[in-house]
Amino acid sequence: MAAIELNGKSYEVDEEGYLADLNQWDEDIAKEMAKLDGAELTDAHWEVINFLREYYEEYQIAPAVRVLTKAIGKKLGKDKGNSKYLYELFPYGPAKQACKYAGLPKPTGCV
Amino acid sequence: MSTVKKFLFLNRKAPYGTIYALESLEVVLISAAFEQDVSMAFVDDGVYQLLKGQKTDGIGMKNFSPTYSALGDYDVTKLYVEKESLEERGLTVDDLMDLKWEDEDDDWAEKDSIVVVSAAELADIMEQQEVILSF
Repeated sequence: MAAIELNGKSYEVDEEGYLADLNQWDEDIAKEMAKLDGAELTDAHWEVINFLREYYEEYQIAPAVRVLTKAIGKKLGKDKGNSKYLYELFPYGPAKQACKYAGLPKPTGCV
Repeated sequence: MSTVKKFLFLNRKAPYGTIYALESLEVVLISAAFEQDVSMAFVDDGVYQLLKGQKTDGIGMKNFSPTYSALGDYDVTKLYVEKESLEERGLTVDDLMDLKWEDEDDDWAEKDSIVVVSAAELADIMEQQEVILSF
């Protein structure tokens, strides 16, 4: 299994770059993963990442993109709960990419 | 999505002795993500999947029961539980999780997802499906 080395810590990831152990997650690894993708995390990104972590904590799954969009809209407002906004933040696919930075597994139903 | 089919996932097994319950739930979420008309039925030991207060620390398995609460978000709003199976196990609907969905067409009113049905009613429901997958 591959690993990302950061600040003297070793974070194990799967072949697609998802964190192997959710408990290893911290903000530094999220930033590092984004950097490896050539992205920088803004407050808007963190809002979605933190939302996903809370969703996982409650339901034990990473939501599919349709569900994420609807749930974000309900919690953070309609201007954020739409695919245009979320795809601008996470061009590789909001559920897929944001889940990766959040340390969650790839969403169920994502191919 | 071009065609929407009526899928019923039939669950007959206890949640943790085998992988069936978790696999069923995953396929349900995938089918729902593809916007199919998905419902679930819980029969025999399958009714235990919906018990509230599940704790799995002692058996080293992930407690996936909180995931049933996310089904409403996926528009899976029909969870049929067979009455006879509950009674044979000394259970009532109060022993099950309080699963809700929000009806967008009714000002987001919270509605119960769990519907207790008799074996005969469940047979009728199965009759109306296009695809039945048994776990």
